[in-house]
Amino acid sequence: MKSMRPENESGDLIVAKKLTKKYSDVVALDGLDLTLRRGEIVGLLGPNGAGKTTAIHMLVGLLEPTSGEASVLGMSPLRQRHEIAKRSNFSSAYVQLPSNLTVGENMRIYAMLYGVRDAKKKIAELLELFEIADLTKRATGKLSSGEKTRVNLAKCLLNDPELLLLDEPTASLDPEMADTVRKTLRGIQRDKGIGILYTSHNMPEVEELCNRILFIHEGRLVTQGTPVEVMKNFQSGNLEQVFIKIVRRGDFVVKA
Amino acid sequence: MVLRYVYLHKRSLPRSLEIVFWPVMELFVWGFVAMHIRASAGDALAAMASSLINAMIFWDLLYRSQQGVSVSVVEDIWTQNIVNLLVSPLKIWEWMLATFLYGTLKTLLIVVILTALALAMYEFNLVSTLQFYLIPLGACLLLFGWALGLFTSALVIRWGHAAEALIWGVPFLIQPFSAIFYPVSALPEWLRPLALALPSTYVFEGMREVIRTGTMPLGHLAAAAVLDVVYFALAALFFAWMHRQARRSGRLGRLGVD
Repeated sequence: MKSMRPENESGDLIVAKKLTKKYSDVVALDGLDLTLRRGEIVGLLGPNGAGKTTAIHMLVGLLEPTSGEASVLGMSPLRQRHEIAKRSNFSSAYVQLPSNLTVGENMRIYAMLYGVRDAKKKIAELLELFEIADLTKRATGKLSSGEKTRVNLAKCLLNDPELLLLDEPTASLDPEMADTVRKTLRGIQRDKGIGILYTSHNMPEVEELCNRILFIHEGRLVTQGTPVEVMKNFQSGNLEQVFIKIVRRGDFVVKA
Repeated sequence: MVLRYVYLHKRSLPRSLEIVFWPVMELFVWGFVAMHIRASAGDALAAMASSLINAMIFWDLLYRSQQGVSVSVVEDIWTQNIVNLLVSPLKIWEWMLATFLYGTLKTLLIVVILTALALAMYEFNLVSTLQFYLIPLGACLLLFGWALGLFTSALVIRWGHAAEALIWGVPFLIQPFSAIFYPVSALPEWLRPLALALPSTYVFEGMREVIRTGTMPLGHLAAAAVLDVVYFALAALFFAWMHRQARRSGRLGRLGVD
């Protein structure tokens, strides 16, 4: 995969062109074009197996593309992964922190891994922000799924990242806590201008949070645009209806 | 990362006890066998009795050194944390170095405990028996253990859960051929080239020579060291290759998730 310079020196955190991944006779992702600008939240949507996680894994350097190009923070995810990692962070509903360490220990370890200065203060701030300060001494394995999610998100913000890649970050949260997390993410995006690539099956959340969305189905980009544009193109009142139309009828439209 | 592994023991008594439980049990078995031989055969086989206890402690050093690397890697797979590590700024060589250091700490602790127990229970003094040679012989086994640990970790990175049994099995593949409890001459002739291809063989043969004569054949030490470097380099290359394969096949991102 070629290393690319960002097309736009002033803003693009992610630039992916024709990103493709094939496994034998299965095409997991087929020619995805994606950009994420600074200060933007882009939703990557699609049913299970659509290719969302495949795309994110290629952008964090966990997966080698079959073809195509990707640039993250102006660098190659395969050859400069460590430099990218210092300035970005990742969270997934399918990845956990060590269950046999306490919340405080996990945060401390990751603060050290990310080279966070004044780690104690930063950890305290983040645990307060996500309302989990009272869980510092509790083993992570003994937390509820919602509490674990909040700890994962707190860990994600340790290094003040410029870019966040979040794979279903609110999957285990109750509506009230999910709303709190969304507000927190929006606040951070606004205050610090970070870019967020966000996958979710929660369509109302995506409508509320994302500046733009890309919809993938069976590895291919079906449509993209702002949530309003996409709903208009599909003559639907909400993104959930768009989701169902695309998956059930395989509707394809000219990309917005 | 060393801190991450040390934290595991802070509040888990079973995990902390497990470090010493198996080695101590093995020492009891081999120690009593050695005492029985000494009592039955007298001075004639006293050296053999010492060799058995020494060999047991050294075998544990090798085994624990390998386990220290592999189990640390698998720990992060079991806890579904490995992807967090793989997307962090942590470099693979830094991670492996942490497992070497952590494994060494555990191994040293075990060796100290076993040495003290052997002295107390069987009047066998590892330090005075091997003297200075304890350090280079121990270092050779440690390095070979790291190489085996890298190899088994690489298999798990590439094939996931399916390869985990090899973590515990691979050391026992080399055990019969490393002349641990018997000399190379006890092996059938057609197996001796295999034994002589392993650095551990030279360590254990050298150990027996020191116990018998008080001097270490430097050729044995040199052979062990050179083979260690070769095996370590091969293991590191194999690990890098398996890591790349896992990144291509998609296995890397699914470790701990599948």
